[in-house]
Amino acid sequence: MPENQKQNGNRKRGPRRRPPFQMRINTKYAPKKVADGQPLSCTKDTSLKPEQMLELYRYLKLTRLVEERIVNLYRQTKVVGGVFRSLGQEATAVGSAYALRSDDFITPIIRDLGSVFVKGIRPRQIFAQYMAKAWGPSGGKDLNVHFGDMEKGFIGPISHLGDMIPVMTGILLAARMQKKDIVGLAYIGDGGASTGAFFEGINFAAVQKLPLITIVEYNHYAYSTPTNMQTAVRNLAEKSAAFGIPGYIVDGNDVIACYEVTKQAVDYARSGRGAVLIEAKTYRRKGHAEHDDQRYVPGGEIEWWEKHNDPIDRFERFLLDEKIATKEKLDEITAGVMREIDEDCEWAESSPMPEAEVAAHGVFDNSIVPPAFRPKILENSN
Amino acid sequence: MSTALKKEHKSERPARGGLATMVEAIRQGIWEEMERDPTVFVIGEDVGAYGGAFKVTDGLIDHFGKERVIDTPISEAAIVGAACGAGLMGMKPVAEFQFIDFISCGFDLLTNYAAKCRYRWGGNIPAVFRGPCGSGVRSGPFHSLNAESFFLNTAGLKIVEPSTAYDAKGLIKAAIRDPDPVLYFEHKKLYRLPRLREELPEDDYIVEIGKARTAREGRDVSIITFGAQVLTALDAADELEKEGLDVEVIDLRTLAPMDKDAILASVKKTSRALILHEASLTGGIGGEIAAIIAQEAFEWLDAPVVRLASIDTPVTYSPPLEDYYLPQMKDVLDAARKLAAY
Repeated sequence: MPENQKQNGNRKRGPRRRPPFQMRINTKYAPKKVADGQPLSCTKDTSLKPEQMLELYRYLKLTRLVEERIVNLYRQTKVVGGVFRSLGQEATAVGSAYALRSDDFITPIIRDLGSVFVKGIRPRQIFAQYMAKAWGPSGGKDLNVHFGDMEKGFIGPISHLGDMIPVMTGILLAARMQKKDIVGLAYIGDGGASTGAFFEGINFAAVQKLPLITIVEYNHYAYSTPTNMQTAVRNLAEKSAAFGIPGYIVDGNDVIACYEVTKQAVDYARSGRGAVLIEAKTYRRKGHAEHDDQRYVPGGEIEWWEKHNDPIDRFERFLLDEKIATKEKLDEITAGVMREIDEDCEWAESSPMPEAEVAAHGVFDNSIVPPAFRPKILENSN
Repeated sequence: MSTALKKEHKSERPARGGLATMVEAIRQGIWEEMERDPTVFVIGEDVGAYGGAFKVTDGLIDHFGKERVIDTPISEAAIVGAACGAGLMGMKPVAEFQFIDFISCGFDLLTNYAAKCRYRWGGNIPAVFRGPCGSGVRSGPFHSLNAESFFLNTAGLKIVEPSTAYDAKGLIKAAIRDPDPVLYFEHKKLYRLPRLREELPEDDYIVEIGKARTAREGRDVSIITFGAQVLTALDAADELEKEGLDVEVIDLRTLAPMDKDAILASVKKTSRALILHEASLTGGIGGEIAAIIAQEAFEWLDAPVVRLASIDTPVTYSPPLEDYYLPQMKDVLDAARKLAAY
């Protein structure tokens, strides 16, 4: 027996040897430089079948066109609150969520509507939410994607960014106790990645080796604040080093790359190796909400992204160049999406507003909270 | 397996019932619920091998394993968030704050996520958030908090705080079985107080959330209180009895949703109300109780409602300072006498 093995065999206790620190950031799917004048397309190296690619195309169009319809409703003053767009960054949400199994969980933020559709939520639910209607999943109690559907593996966000990451960690902790091999995908923006909850959630998941995949969307602005005033790291994926987990950088406007990188992360996480951090490089072409005039954006920037790096344009170019679909086929898909949107929007508009006293119900299980402004004593004295 | 888990000392399963201190009673309650329901699990800092800072979870890890007794990083957002997520998945987490002072680090997730989930979309979080609260133990500004009033104005959180071993066990079991998030505050001064040792039933029982207890019946003055101050009130009542004053002591046990009926019934009987609590006066729970009495039992009152609470400073450290901060027995006696003579 060699001397070193013998020593190890005799050693009962001592410091465990761990490999030296190494920044593990995979850039295989990161944005690629292309020659000037060469239009951007998508990753060709993919396991996706043609029909899956067309499904991805349908989700991309659905996301963009639903949002456009919501803007129309907003201009008709039918939307009760603000409207939040994911224009220009739809591919990140759609491509990543498409890599999940139906029993996996997502927790999106406001700019991940596409992932919500991929998980099976219908446009009618979103329309009803935006119009604060009784038939919406929250019955008029909360806005837009702020709801959940445990059956579909969708937990809606709250406005407090970062909070959903520790919540997703709890979903996965429970799943492990319940012997379910699901993974969880939590989305966050470059701004949300500055919160304590972001760190606490991923740190705990990393310690517990839970299958948590966090996608940080580098979309350049958190409301009006540019990313260089949000963090001193150049790539948000570098934050993975703080947790001892692998990091990936992906071109967030390449829907196939987003799918492939998430698929890798899902396989890694589901096999029990722990959490993953993915940074998606993308760009928010609209303001924080519809009212935002984007005065803080340098001139020409939005136009550049619109002209040269629109995720749907890129994917269309890819599908046509690779002869996966004809223009007619894509138009047919778009027409189908429009029919669905028309039908669902009509359904949502036909919903009544909630009955006022619904406000007093549901704080606790089977409870009704008596209105505080109608105290008994005043009723008695009448 | 980490070295911390390879410990020599293994704690025994607690007795079913029998003579128990409050800390034993809570431990019995959690243990029995974990045996009864495989979805119950414990999560917090140092709750595993160490058994919790006050040994409430002592021995659980030996018996139920580290999958159901989860030591976390120093990370209250992770503890609360994970309890919320697990609760949504149908588990029943019992999350520990090492000291209730640190609940502030989980405040956002408690008040914005746990409290509002059911209301917003029917998301069900049957979690218990528990921890040692209370002052009078010379622990300074960061280990002595009474946190109830931070949460009273948040719809969606139930709050309980026992003052006896029997109630401690019954309430922790009720909190674990409750379908909503429950904050369970344990006054650390009462944990091992010999005076609170009592014989607990062997059979399974719960103490219903939302119901106050008459700790002592009386006709002249009502002292409405909870937690460790119940003992101050009872001692004061004994003293006042010698003077011919018959004091009633209401132990709220549940702070939200508050048992208004019990408060009003007592005040309508005695016509004099003294509210006693440990947190600072301004913005404290006493203001809410006083308002309920003023609004709904005004005609029955023979004297103004009196609040006794700590002064409006942080909890202090040095014994003379902390004694000055806290309401003392003498303050209760004086207030009750004045009320009776009004």
